[in-house]
Amino acid sequence: MTKQNKTTIAVLLVIAVLLVVGPFVALRGAEFGGSDDAGSEMISEITGEEYEPWFEPVLETAIGGELPGEIESLIFCVQTGIGVAVVAFLMGKFTERKRLETKYPEIAAKEDAE
Amino acid sequence: MNKREKTFFSALLMFVGIFGVTATANAMHIMEGYLPPAYCAVWGVICLPFLFLGFRNLNRQVKESRKSMTMIAMAGAFIFVISSLKIPSVTGSCSHMTGTGLGAMLFGPAAVSVLGIIVLLFQALLLAHGGLSSLGANCFSMAIAGPIVSFLIYKGLKKANVNKKVTVFLAAAIGDLFTYCVTSVQLAMAYPSPDGGFMASLVKFLGIFAATQVPLAIIEGILTVIVVMALESFAQRELKAIHFN
Repeated sequence: MTKQNKTTIAVLLVIAVLLVVGPFVALRGAEFGGSDDAGSEMISEITGEEYEPWFEPVLETAIGGELPGEIESLIFCVQTGIGVAVVAFLMGKFTERKRLETKYPEIAAKEDAE
Repeated sequence: MNKREKTFFSALLMFVGIFGVTATANAMHIMEGYLPPAYCAVWGVICLPFLFLGFRNLNRQVKESRKSMTMIAMAGAFIFVISSLKIPSVTGSCSHMTGTGLGAMLFGPAAVSVLGIIVLLFQALLLAHGGLSSLGANCFSMAIAGPIVSFLIYKGLKKANVNKKVTVFLAAAIGDLFTYCVTSVQLAMAYPSPDGGFMASLVKFLGIFAATQVPLAIIEGILTVIVVMALESFAQRELKAIHFN
């Protein structure tokens, strides 16, 4: 990876972090609930009555209530973890391969021939 | 790919598969039970041809070159990571990104529908986030409509010789934003306002979903650019195998 690319990525990452932190710091005291919950409230507002979902989440039926917040964050972390594991594993593999192939061009030639 | 890697991936895919099958319940952006049954059915049926095509596309890719398997795993994993992060936004609500733009650029919109529905099932069943009843509607917005827009923007700007990074950024960001516009349209169709009708509802839902999504769409664009840059630096062989340029 060229030096220029590295700089670009660093700058982009900083912008991304600022975009996340910005609203959080700027909007002190905001609830930061899910926009899907805000959506359901809007449905009740439009229909003018408390909306009764016609179908309960299977998970909530199975455990007989709402998923506890801590457990929910656990499962969200599992989801993130699965994704990061795959991405990090593959990227690690690619970078090391590139390093080896630059060092030993005959490996690259052999791979390309396949 | 050697045997050990193959085992690793099949174990991983099985893990995901088992989660998808055994868990149960709430789709992604439209919550379980919030979309009238008729709408659920229609959106579900609309998704079927895309899923069928996507499955066939992926199969053909893998048959043509096993190297594409790595990129499919990468695109799927990216959706897993990106859509699990709830990000605070300017409206004081949280939302999450879709991550489907990357896959749309790498494999086309149909193939992404398959990857997207895996994530939607995971969240519906294990997190009561989204829903099984609204799976079709959510699959359409996140894994079909958004990716189609990303794909078209990517192809169009590439043809116009726009800078590659800018192209990828715009494709991913606008696709992400479009997903939530579609969600708003879906809800407005199901819940037209008694005094303003469809349009009045649409404005209200867009105010929640699309407005919240704007900064997130930018973040998704940035992250997608970074991944594409990394892939182009280190995984050119795989990108060539899936004819990405």
